[in-house]
Amino acid sequence: MYDPTVARLTYRALLGRRRALILMVLPALLLLIATLVRVFDASSDDVATQLLSGFALATLVPLIGVIAGTGAIGPEIDDGSIVYLLSKPLKRSTIICTKLFVAIGVTLLFSALPVLLAGFILVGASQQIAVAFAIAAVVASIAYCALFLLLGTVSRNAVVIGLVYALVWEALFGSLVPGARTLSVQQWALALAEKVTGSGVDVSSAVSLPTAAVLLVVVTVGGTWFAVDRLRVLKLAGEE
Amino acid sequence: MSTIDIEHASRWFGNVVAVNDVSVRIGPGVTGLLGPNGAGKSTLINMMGGFLAPSVGTVTLDGEQIWRNESIYRRMGIVPEREAMYDFLTGREFVLANAELHGLDDPGAAGARALATVEMEYAADRQISTYSKGMRQRVKMASALVHEPSVLLLDEPFNGMDPRQRMQLMELLRQMGAAGRTVLFSSHILEEVEQLAAHIEVIVAGRHAASGDFRRIRRLMTDRPHRYLIRSTDDRALAAALIADDSTAGIELDWSEKALRVQAIDFGRFTRELPRIARSHDIRLLTVSPSDESLESVFSYLVSA
Repeated sequence: MYDPTVARLTYRALLGRRRALILMVLPALLLLIATLVRVFDASSDDVATQLLSGFALATLVPLIGVIAGTGAIGPEIDDGSIVYLLSKPLKRSTIICTKLFVAIGVTLLFSALPVLLAGFILVGASQQIAVAFAIAAVVASIAYCALFLLLGTVSRNAVVIGLVYALVWEALFGSLVPGARTLSVQQWALALAEKVTGSGVDVSSAVSLPTAAVLLVVVTVGGTWFAVDRLRVLKLAGEE
Repeated sequence: MSTIDIEHASRWFGNVVAVNDVSVRIGPGVTGLLGPNGAGKSTLINMMGGFLAPSVGTVTLDGEQIWRNESIYRRMGIVPEREAMYDFLTGREFVLANAELHGLDDPGAAGARALATVEMEYAADRQISTYSKGMRQRVKMASALVHEPSVLLLDEPFNGMDPRQRMQLMELLRQMGAAGRTVLFSSHILEEVEQLAAHIEVIVAGRHAASGDFRRIRRLMTDRPHRYLIRSTDDRALAAALIADDSTAGIELDWSEKALRVQAIDFGRFTRELPRIARSHDIRLLTVSPSDESLESVFSYLVSA
């Protein structure tokens, strides 16, 4: 299930100089905004939920998920260095699961943790808002990573497809076409946040909690299983 | 001692047949896989390395199917052609990681041993991104040797190496072959293969064209009909004299070139007899040039042989 060497190679590649900087920009921005709102005393439960669902959950988490999920395997497949993992007596499921764990860890570090901090900065412990959105971010991180790791395994254009999904599908279609929101990781995570927050807070999801829970599990487990299957028959590129 | 068996293996990509009904057995010692670029060498190596399934046929290592069988890598080391490695690691870290991935008991010692074998200790603590092509090749070698495999597959290992590095690697592969390991490397350069491999398999246009030791391959290559373009002071008289000799099979008067086109079937005899015949008929040879010496024509002859 887990191989420490695969994990080390993956996180060192993921957190290589430039990528780590890119990963830090968005969470830093979130914390900066939260701090400014607090400093200028404009903070309320409403402002907090808007910022945490509109920016954190809708933009920050999926973007970090795209970078970490596709970045955990895509570049290695692109340049062919994955051959050094594949030519070892390692189960393909071990390679995928390890990479998934690393991607999830990185996504939690750069999205769920900043969401929790931003929530506390904004409203403290009020209505459990900070905790609710952090839990939603954790769940969304896991599902996004599984989804984007699969994308990174099957497609050369994983980053583009991932961005289109995260930004166009979830953000744009989600607000225009009601049906699209049912198939949105963000909405599933919101369903959880809705449950955790107090009743006076305006957090609502397009899906019910049981549906959301089932879909989250299906996407995470199914995505991972499919990625393992694809890695088994991976054709190394750049050959005749 | 390990043996790779390829039996009636074909591999196609869409409409393109890359490997066409090849049956080969690769046993202990050094074997060279020779063929022009695009002949299907990499496809064949990828099938032996477990990175491609044969479309039909079987590829096995000591009787065990290779495709979708991770356990074969305990016995197999692979040196890929592509450059990409984990460039952000040092050579030592990279080889160590490979040792760990194999689950070796003492990966540190195994890594150090492999680095010593390829004589890369002096640069082991530099980042791979700073390495020259030859250094990369040697670290790739070390990563493939770290678990002391009984089979070693190398795809175009000499590409881009300077002569000294080439000799070093040849010596290393020779030692491994002599120690009873099964070493297979691909190349499109006959001289390279000839220097190193006791046994040669020739692949042309996806087909297994020839097999044997290098003397046999050499002979096949030199014994083939050779074509020459000849100009002389009296082409017609020379043509008449040459066709009477057993060494030729056909002669054409090429009017536009004002020359003879001669097909020689006995290379050795023809090269000896031509000046003698010319002299005895008092003809001066002005041009004698082989007209089909390209490697491709040599290879295409082998396919039909």
